[in-house]
Amino acid sequence: MFLSRVSRFSIFMRSFATKPEEIENIVKRNKVVVFMKGVPDEPKCGFSNAVVQILRMHGVKYDAHDVLKDEELRQGIKDFSSWPTIPQVFICGEFVGGCDILLQMHQNGELVEQLKKAGILSELLNKEQSQDSKTKE
Amino acid sequence: MPYTEDQIRNKLIKGLDAVHVEVVDQSDGCGAKFAVVIVSNKFEGKPLLQRHRLVNSVLAEELKDIHAFSQKTLTPEQWEKDQP
Repeated sequence: MFLSRVSRFSIFMRSFATKPEEIENIVKRNKVVVFMKGVPDEPKCGFSNAVVQILRMHGVKYDAHDVLKDEELRQGIKDFSSWPTIPQVFICGEFVGGCDILLQMHQNGELVEQLKKAGILSELLNKEQSQDSKTKE
Repeated sequence: MPYTEDQIRNKLIKGLDAVHVEVVDQSDGCGAKFAVVIVSNKFEGKPLLQRHRLVNSVLAEELKDIHAFSQKTLTPEQWEKDQP
């Protein structure tokens, strides 16, 4: 439990990834990959912060890439996903969406399902279960 | 280039045959931060990502300058259910 908390953020910093094939490598390297403004500990934009908070609630480990640190990556990821805005969330190499979509998936339960398909158990499920067991005690 | 709520609304109505569009300028006047709700039959049968892509394509030009944009995309049926 302790270990999983410590390793929650594996922040991978790499610069100068501009070619589609390089970006494809990045989004496939980890099950969940986020392109954002700032870093998870210090998001520089409300939308990026929302994504960080949602993933935190689900206890998801992910790669985070700061597009403010790398102007070429910022443009490269937009071209790669044909998506005009940041943040961008990828699960299992597939583009999922930006902040609005992630928030809606969080609210309607789709995110838990999508994570499950990726072999990730959302911590929200654990919490529900532990609450169940507490009420039984 | 700053945009107005009306410019965005008109473009969305035209581009998506939207039956209802709400645009809120959240930028305090700089014209580059918007939140929109769009109700259109064109969203029927399309997953969320495709709906948002559709909206993004209609506003492709504007989104180059708009630095913050949030959208809700509903079918008329979903919109009905949403009403209090």
